[in-house]
Amino acid sequence: MATKRLHAIGAEFESAAEIYHAAEKVRDAGYTSWDCHSPFPIHGMDKAMGLKKSWLSAFVFVCGLTGFLTGLGLVTITSFGIYPIIVNGKPIDWSHGIRALQFFFPVMYELTILFAAFGATFGMILRNGLPRFHHPLFNWSRFAKVSDDRFFLVIETRDPLFSDAKTKALLGEVGGKHVTEVFDHD
Amino acid sequence: MAAHAANTSEDGVVVLHCPPELEREALVNHNRSLNWITENVSVICEERTRRWWWIAFLIFSPIALLVPLLLGYQVSNGIGVWGENQPFGWAWDITNFVFWIGIGHAGTLISAILFLTRQKWRTSINRASEAMTLFAVMCAGLYPGFHVGRVWKAWYLFPIPNWNGLWQNYRSPLLWDVFAVSTYFTVSVLFWYVGLIPDLAMLRDRAKSKIKQWGYGIAAVGWRGGNRHWQHYEMAYLILAGLSTPLVLSVHSIVSFDFATSIVPGWHTTIFPPYFVAGAVFGGFAMVLTLMLPARLLYPQIDDMMTRNHVDKMAKIILLTGSIVGYAYLMELFIAMVYSGHFYEYNAFYNRATGWYAWHYAAMMFCNVVTPQIFWFKAMRRNYIVVFIACQFVNAGMWYERFVIIGTTLAQDFLPSSWGHYTPSWVEVFTFIGTFGFFITAFLIFMRFLPMICAFEVKAVTPQADPHRDPKAGHDHAQPKEAALSAH
Repeated sequence: MATKRLHAIGAEFESAAEIYHAAEKVRDAGYTSWDCHSPFPIHGMDKAMGLKKSWLSAFVFVCGLTGFLTGLGLVTITSFGIYPIIVNGKPIDWSHGIRALQFFFPVMYELTILFAAFGATFGMILRNGLPRFHHPLFNWSRFAKVSDDRFFLVIETRDPLFSDAKTKALLGEVGGKHVTEVFDHD
Repeated sequence: MAAHAANTSEDGVVVLHCPPELEREALVNHNRSLNWITENVSVICEERTRRWWWIAFLIFSPIALLVPLLLGYQVSNGIGVWGENQPFGWAWDITNFVFWIGIGHAGTLISAILFLTRQKWRTSINRASEAMTLFAVMCAGLYPGFHVGRVWKAWYLFPIPNWNGLWQNYRSPLLWDVFAVSTYFTVSVLFWYVGLIPDLAMLRDRAKSKIKQWGYGIAAVGWRGGNRHWQHYEMAYLILAGLSTPLVLSVHSIVSFDFATSIVPGWHTTIFPPYFVAGAVFGGFAMVLTLMLPARLLYPQIDDMMTRNHVDKMAKIILLTGSIVGYAYLMELFIAMVYSGHFYEYNAFYNRATGWYAWHYAAMMFCNVVTPQIFWFKAMRRNYIVVFIACQFVNAGMWYERFVIIGTTLAQDFLPSSWGHYTPSWVEVFTFIGTFGFFITAFLIFMRFLPMICAFEVKAVTPQADPHRDPKAGHDHAQPKEAALSAH
């Protein structure tokens, strides 16, 4: 069996207010590779952690635009190009047809939403590095309470400021309980 | 400032006390802890299957079996086994399609529109109503699929490159319907699943058996609740809510275009899109309450999360949308009978109200316009039995509305020589009963295996979730002095 490697040091908190104030202190100490785990999103936590706005919205916009252009291509290429059908006497050639797009709007609209929704869902999952079915944090038995009523602040070893003793001391100082070393396997 | 009694605590924070009559009711009663919420939501999926569940399952699942049996019968014998014929081509099956798709809309309204408008009371009811949306859309999708007659050619509805070089007519509202309903279903599944991920992680973390750990574990995609994840999660949820809102409005608008873009008197009207959307929300909320009130009775612990206040608010939405629907009925009559000066429009509505199907029209008016008016009274909105009975009237009324719009119009259009009666065949009647069996069976299975209440969102609206809450000050919001003074 390979040797254990330290992944991170974690501490437990009992309330949203406690971890919020602890996060502000860890942020001010200059750490970068750390995270606050909680059973629900804590209001204002992004600011307390010094995180910038999520740019998922830009990705979703690109997906929505792709959906719109797909819809536009689908309706125009088929209706003006490869399979024109005369309906209501509407033009079936490109130059006139492109000016009578109102009829095609619903299809483009729905495809915009469809593509954007796929982008939002899978963009979020992939952006978060998921699916990831195993993670060193799951080795920490207390961590199972993260989806219940406990809050965990975890500082990873890959952080440039990480030092075993200092990081442990900081986590104790900011009010963390059960300060624990988390290894990458049992 | 006068309305508020302000106290300054020792650390210079102004604590605002709301006068009692303006105090909002708590979203979770009895000041429950986070752990209490976890336990009481998860226990529904974790405990031994209760006897009532098996009894309900054994009653409704055979009814659900009617659907494949009767659709098999229809496919093998042809569409003629349904009672519809010229001129009554869209009878029970399109009525039922519109009925079921409308029910779905309440789920999306609760999950998306109430989210965007920051209605925090939605948190305890959104999961169940989104599940209801999915099952209702499944029931709905069945009807147009089989109404095409040759169901094995239903793939012609989708733009699939084919050997014949045929493409769809994108100018047809029926094709818009295909895109709208399939997008609606897909986006509803995605939205529902994104909302489920943190709660699946909760069940994973509590699971004792290997099968549950694997099952919930895979579904939860390894969710760890880190704030770096929540950050993108909340953005994704907000965007999905923002996308679902125009989507849900477009779906029933497009369903109404099926009628409104035709030139049949009684259908050819611009009032349809808003009228259909309001009706869909109205009927959908009635169905949410129809499912949630018995669920509350069977699991009394959820009473603290889905309180009387929630039922009260849903009843208010039923009252509001019911009144919009009532206004639309009257406006439609006014347009057709007074304003249009159009002979056939006049006759279509005259026949609706007094013709062959007059009792359907009366039932629609009574159930949809008169019944919800009892919700003007707070005592009625807070009486579960009254609310449940009123919702059954609304459920029935919304079905009558769709039948009145579709049926009476087709029965008597232009020339009396081409008028025609319609009676549903036994196949149609039992297929419709079967869809209810499917709907309830699917909901029972959902309740058993997935958390019916969105635990993480309910936790987020409890007072202890607020990181700025001062434990000494209890429930009151403490604000810095400047902010408090500038606000008044």
